Amino acid sequence: MEIIQLLLDGFLVALEPTNLFLVIIGCAVGLFIGAMPGLGSVNGVAILLPVTFIVPPTSAIIFLAAIYYGAMYGGAVSSIMLGIPGASTAVATTFDGRPLAVQGKADMALVAAAVASFAGGTISVILFTAFAPPLAHVALAFGSAEEFALMLLAFGTFIGLGGDDIPKTIFSILIGLVLSAVGLDVLSGQPRLIFGDIPGFFHGINFLVLAIGIYGIGEILWTIESSRGEVQVSQAVVTVRRIIDSLKQMGKSIKTVIMGSFVGYFVGLLPAAGATPGSIMAYGFAKTMSKDPDSYGKGNVDGVAAPESANNAASTGSMLPMLTLGIPGSPTTAILLGGMVIWGLEPGPRLFVDQTEFVWGLIASLYVANFFSVVLNVAFIPLFIWVLKLPFTILAPVIFVLCVVGGYAPTQDMHDVWLMLIFGVVGYLMRKLDYPMAPMVLAIVLGPLAESSLRQALLQSEGSLMVFIERPISGPIMGVALLLFLLPVFKAIKAKLTNSKGEVNAASGG
Amino acid sequence: MNLKLRRFAVLPLVLTAAAFFVSTVNVAHAAWTPRKPVEFVIMAGPGGGADKMARLMQTVIEKHNFSPKPFIPVNKPGGSGAEALVHMKSKKKDNHIVMVTLNSFYTTPLRQPNLRVDPLTFKPIARMAEDTFILWVHKDAGITNIEQFVDAAKKAGSKWTMAGTGKGGEDELLTSFLNKTYGLKMKYVPFKGGGRVAKELAGKHANSTVNNPSEALGFYESGDVVPIVAFTKDRLPLFPDTPTMGEVGVPYSYFMQRSVVGTPGMTDDAYEFYKGVFEKVYNSEEWKAYMKKKSLLGDFLSGNGLVDYWKVNNETHRKMLKEIGEI
Repeated sequence: MEIIQLLLDGFLVALEPTNLFLVIIGCAVGLFIGAMPGLGSVNGVAILLPVTFIVPPTSAIIFLAAIYYGAMYGGAVSSIMLGIPGASTAVATTFDGRPLAVQGKADMALVAAAVASFAGGTISVILFTAFAPPLAHVALAFGSAEEFALMLLAFGTFIGLGGDDIPKTIFSILIGLVLSAVGLDVLSGQPRLIFGDIPGFFHGINFLVLAIGIYGIGEILWTIESSRGEVQVSQAVVTVRRIIDSLKQMGKSIKTVIMGSFVGYFVGLLPAAGATPGSIMAYGFAKTMSKDPDSYGKGNVDGVAAPESANNAASTGSMLPMLTLGIPGSPTTAILLGGMVIWGLEPGPRLFVDQTEFVWGLIASLYVANFFSVVLNVAFIPLFIWVLKLPFTILAPVIFVLCVVGGYAPTQDMHDVWLMLIFGVVGYLMRKLDYPMAPMVLAIVLGPLAESSLRQALLQSEGSLMVFIERPISGPIMGVALLLFLLPVFKAIKAKLTNSKGEVNAASGG
Repeated sequence: MNLKLRRFAVLPLVLTAAAFFVSTVNVAHAAWTPRKPVEFVIMAGPGGGADKMARLMQTVIEKHNFSPKPFIPVNKPGGSGAEALVHMKSKKKDNHIVMVTLNSFYTTPLRQPNLRVDPLTFKPIARMAEDTFILWVHKDAGITNIEQFVDAAKKAGSKWTMAGTGKGGEDELLTSFLNKTYGLKMKYVPFKGGGRVAKELAGKHANSTVNNPSEALGFYESGDVVPIVAFTKDRLPLFPDTPTMGEVGVPYSYFMQRSVVGTPGMTDDAYEFYKGVFEKVYNSEEWKAYMKKKSLLGDFLSGNGLVDYWKVNNETHRKMLKEIGEI
């Protein structure tokens, strides 16, 4: 067992006093950065990169990886507590995390997020340990056609579920797709939908602007309306006993967590995808597989567990193409890659052979970082709950300020702040008219990836659609995706057979 | 409420004006330094040659404390650099933003006159290097020289895919050059960033690329991709067995600038500051090592020297784009 020996050597490196200290500090800093809306792991790693020049390269990457991990945990905190995604990777956590908090079950959601993150992190690190070099080739086998098939599958999970109003879901996805088309086209370089010549639209619509708008601002408006101005205090309570109970209940979510971890890890492996699409896709899959899909979006613990296990797993997954192929799988790993260059480490297929101490020290530190992140996170839960118990008159302005900061931070353009406020009003109206908003967020995240991969694949195949079906990986994925799209039709036919006189409006996708 | 807000809004203005007054009176001769973090725009996606290089520059600046305020890298890869160019133009006269640029600096404004960007108005801070291009194929294609390449590509016709970065950029120009010179019909498919292009070839989704050595190096070292010919005047030290275009009978070379520019209308004292910073980066050990390792060429250029270089290249690109019918 050569791998185990290498891993044990790695643990010796990771548990050196300096490195252990850096892991703990990194997790704490990451937790805070992740919890601040607008600041994500990208910013954290970018800001702290220069600090790492005073320590050896191995310690440096251990520190940055700890921040990366901590931020994945922290992102869930503000998604659940305030309904504002703390980081792009935690958008899907808002879908069910916020309703849980409103129902006074914030502690349960936070425990679920922490445990799922821990499980996702651990499963992915084990996968990383065992199959790193062969999996690098899986990433290579994914071309444009496969990428598009995967994106279609993700859309399919959101359409092909019962429960939601299907025409409204499709409408919501289409709005998201239109918004994702705004800005400069990757392939032709031409600006699209820039409304005359508004410079703010050139960089497209950042999906965090949309997500913070509809969830953060929309939520405030909704609360004000539903409480009719009466001051309300959340009924959230926290005791050690409740936390232990919540931990016990997590047993029910095991299947979701395992699924989320695998989805997150494999999506994270693919260059250009990263943790955000990974977590959203895991949410979609969890909902599809669930026996009770209707409860999603209304406060289902599995709806928190799936994206949280996936985003942590994806953060490990995206290290793999960075280390073995030199291609960053996410924006954060792009910055880590820059760091490696200056530390004198050349990422590439030979890194695992030439720099064993570095690679295995990093892998071992991922285990350690995971452990400390979950401990720190659970320990802070009472503090988070305390925030939730603040009167709404104090909390609402705080949330509003955080929304504005979060909308401004990614592009540093006031244009996006105004846009976010507009989305807030739109989100509020959509909610009032009972339109699902998650599909719109999904569409704006996956839309650009789906569009460019579709066009690239069609260019390569000279316009033949067979490219999606003929290829060994994309074919099966495509098949499953189409099945999901047709699921509502089957359901409708079934309903017609059992209730032969009922009128059926079969919604078909494709 | 409104009045109160207005009073608050006026306060920073007064303070800035006061600070400006004090600084111009008292320290008129002190050199300009940034007062806040510098936005370091990268005109390409993460993982490509420009991106890796920009992040190296940033880390060198941080490591040696060349700047009192940090440089924060921001990728703006959209539309072959159009996003970054428009952004720089809209930040006119802003002293706290600089951009790493490449040859789409010429080609994108030429192809898209509606952007109304004139690259020659940008502040010529530094040319850090000239990057080189090599024609790559996958090792499984069994191609080792240009004759075999031309045979295979001819046979495949328009089924032969060349992956490259962006539309109408360096890679597409080189593709059309090869098509024209050898009578080929290779099809060009644009991707976002050179790292992704390298992956397309290594994963056999494309037949060939014209990646920069820095982008393909990892897969070259692992033996997945094979260099066929270099678009340089002399053989590259890193690839001593790879012939140049001249050696295979077509005297042709093409380079990509790796430059840093300021916004149009950046003040001269700010320009002096950035020029100093990047000159120090150019002379640093890390930069020298990087240039050697990634087969980068070229001297440090700034000011009028760089503008002259731009003028020549702008005309060359205008001609090349006209030839392939892009403009």
